[in-house]
Amino acid sequence: MQNILKIVIVGIFAMLSSVAWAEGFKPAVIYDMGGKFDKSFNEGVYNGIKRFEEETGVKVMDFEVTNETQREQAMQRMAKRGATVILGVGFAQADAINKVASEHPDKQFAIIDVNWLDQPNLRQYAFKEHEGSYLVGMAAALASKTGKVGFVGGMDIALIRAFACGYVQGVKKVNADMEVLQNMTGTTPAAWNNPGKGAELAQSQIDRGADVIYQAAGGTGIGVIRAAADAGKFSIGVDSNQNHLAPGSVLTSMLKRVDVAAYETMKDAMSGKFDTGVRSLGLAEAGVGWALDEHNAKLISDDMKAQIEAASADIVAGKITVHDYRSDSSCPN
Amino acid sequence: MTPPHALPRWADVFVLPMINIVVALMVCGLIVLALGENPFVAIVVMLKGAFVYPGSLGYTLYYTTNFIFTGLAVAVASHAMMFNIGGEGQAYIGGLGAGLAALWLAPMLPLVLVIPIAILAAALFGAVWGLIPGYLQAYRGSQIVITTIMFNFIASAIMVWLLAGALMQPGQQSPQTPQLAVSGQMPKVHDLLNGLSLNVASSPLNLSFLLALAALAGFWFLIWKTRIGYEIRAVGQNPKAAHYAGINVPMVIVFALAVSGACAGLMATNEVLGVQHRVVLNFTSGYGFAGIAIALMGRNHPIGIFFASLLFGALYQGGAELDFEFQSITREIVLLIQGLIVLFSGALAYMFANPLARLLLRLKLIGGEA
Repeated sequence: MQNILKIVIVGIFAMLSSVAWAEGFKPAVIYDMGGKFDKSFNEGVYNGIKRFEEETGVKVMDFEVTNETQREQAMQRMAKRGATVILGVGFAQADAINKVASEHPDKQFAIIDVNWLDQPNLRQYAFKEHEGSYLVGMAAALASKTGKVGFVGGMDIALIRAFACGYVQGVKKVNADMEVLQNMTGTTPAAWNNPGKGAELAQSQIDRGADVIYQAAGGTGIGVIRAAADAGKFSIGVDSNQNHLAPGSVLTSMLKRVDVAAYETMKDAMSGKFDTGVRSLGLAEAGVGWALDEHNAKLISDDMKAQIEAASADIVAGKITVHDYRSDSSCPN
Repeated sequence: MTPPHALPRWADVFVLPMINIVVALMVCGLIVLALGENPFVAIVVMLKGAFVYPGSLGYTLYYTTNFIFTGLAVAVASHAMMFNIGGEGQAYIGGLGAGLAALWLAPMLPLVLVIPIAILAAALFGAVWGLIPGYLQAYRGSQIVITTIMFNFIASAIMVWLLAGALMQPGQQSPQTPQLAVSGQMPKVHDLLNGLSLNVASSPLNLSFLLALAALAGFWFLIWKTRIGYEIRAVGQNPKAAHYAGINVPMVIVFALAVSGACAGLMATNEVLGVQHRVVLNFTSGYGFAGIAIALMGRNHPIGIFFASLLFGALYQGGAELDFEFQSITREIVLLIQGLIVLFSGALAYMFANPLARLLLRLKLIGGEA
């Protein structure tokens, strides 16, 4: 009896370990606290991973951390389980990946939203969110009738200030007198997943006269979109294309193609083309952008489209430089 | 919440919690079964993941350390019948104290001086963060539950403001302080043991664990062996009678909350000095709130708190292993399993008290009327 049980247990373990990882290539991804279904940043990565899995049939090991210490633990565990390439999601994993990458020089690592580390086996993705935010800021200013637009951020950290700063610059480019109302949702990570508070902040900005509201607040942004739709005003989506969430009310979305970064990481690692260093993705690299599809085609007039595209071309050509808040911790406007 | 049939102490303290855990595990097993996994394999993975795999015991004890501190924080206040749910904020501010002390002193002084000062700073900052709501309760009548919860928000607001501002490490974008110099880092247990040529897998376990054990002993001594401890218990039992007996009730409440805050603040020695080696955003990760469940399960007694913390530590670490090992068990399922165990051994702690008492009577293991 005991032997049978042993065989069963060993068998189950063997099955578990042999299901997918037949070849030498073993990818892994460590999602951060938001979780892979956060409708935002982590889910963007998940979409890229899913596309990779569907195209190649390779299973990607994953883990969602629940506290600070698990970031390093999860990376170490993935390395021990034979992962050959490990993707970290978000700047909060920077310290952990820095350490684990230096301890495993034979493995490949990549991280999103980080550009300040220095490891020979680490690829870093940094997005120029300020460039994309600039374009949607122009869209907001062009669509606004009240002369006031709003911004709702998640937490008051450098990354989100960069979104806000690019947005303000875009708004001021169109109309220097325009007022931008700004609010942050909270001071704990719960701020990334609080649609109720997002709706409240959006409503208060609408009450103060804003008629277009841009949000960079993860799951909280869904509340902003909802509140703007209910009040008959415009909102602007972020990270993924959120135009479909409230067609006719979502003016456009600021795209941050973390899915492309995730897909590319896995694909390059699989085909042996994995190079390291910093990849800075802006408008020129199509790493950020603005969304125009059937859901918002009626909201964007030809004139708006022309102006935004002209600015986009100017940014790519270097004729317009959008100031990055993170470069000097200040915003010109 | 005492059972109608008085259970002997050994049954109350050992048998009943064991029954609760076993029942909780059985319910968890059904859930795992419904997910299409073998519950027995899952439990083996969980136990091995908490105690057997290299380094896993270290992780378990590291979590245990956090839970001991926050559990003690709730327990001290509970003895004065004060419900301190501000452990999260007190630990956060304690981390600020430890971090500031270590950041400032570590480049100048040796480890043997920096660490004790940083520990004191953590306790002091936490104590202040507990003392203010204590004062407001004792002298101004502001409900402690409300104020301590509000102080959690104030703490997190202050910490984001500092970590994304004045204290932020230059040259990067993560809201965190620069790394502590080596003399500000609490020694890791595996480093010490490897120094004694024992080969131990690396884990976050550090000497804060010993501090936690010392805090447990100190807690026992304070509450049951000192005059102020007696006064705390007297105030908790009946503040009016305590006042009549000549005890300065408001002062005792403020003292209890300060000690409570200090215990929570000490959690930062484990996280800030021991593991992260810097103050990072949200290092408290909910340990402060878990302290409430720990104190409840541990019946506000040091031994109970130790075992409740160990159970929680094992659940955290073993749960993470489940997540690693099974594709179908996600972190939400792990949270559900942890929640069920808390439900059965905390909230429903006395559900089986009566049946157990009747069983023991029938077996003639205890005397009394059936």
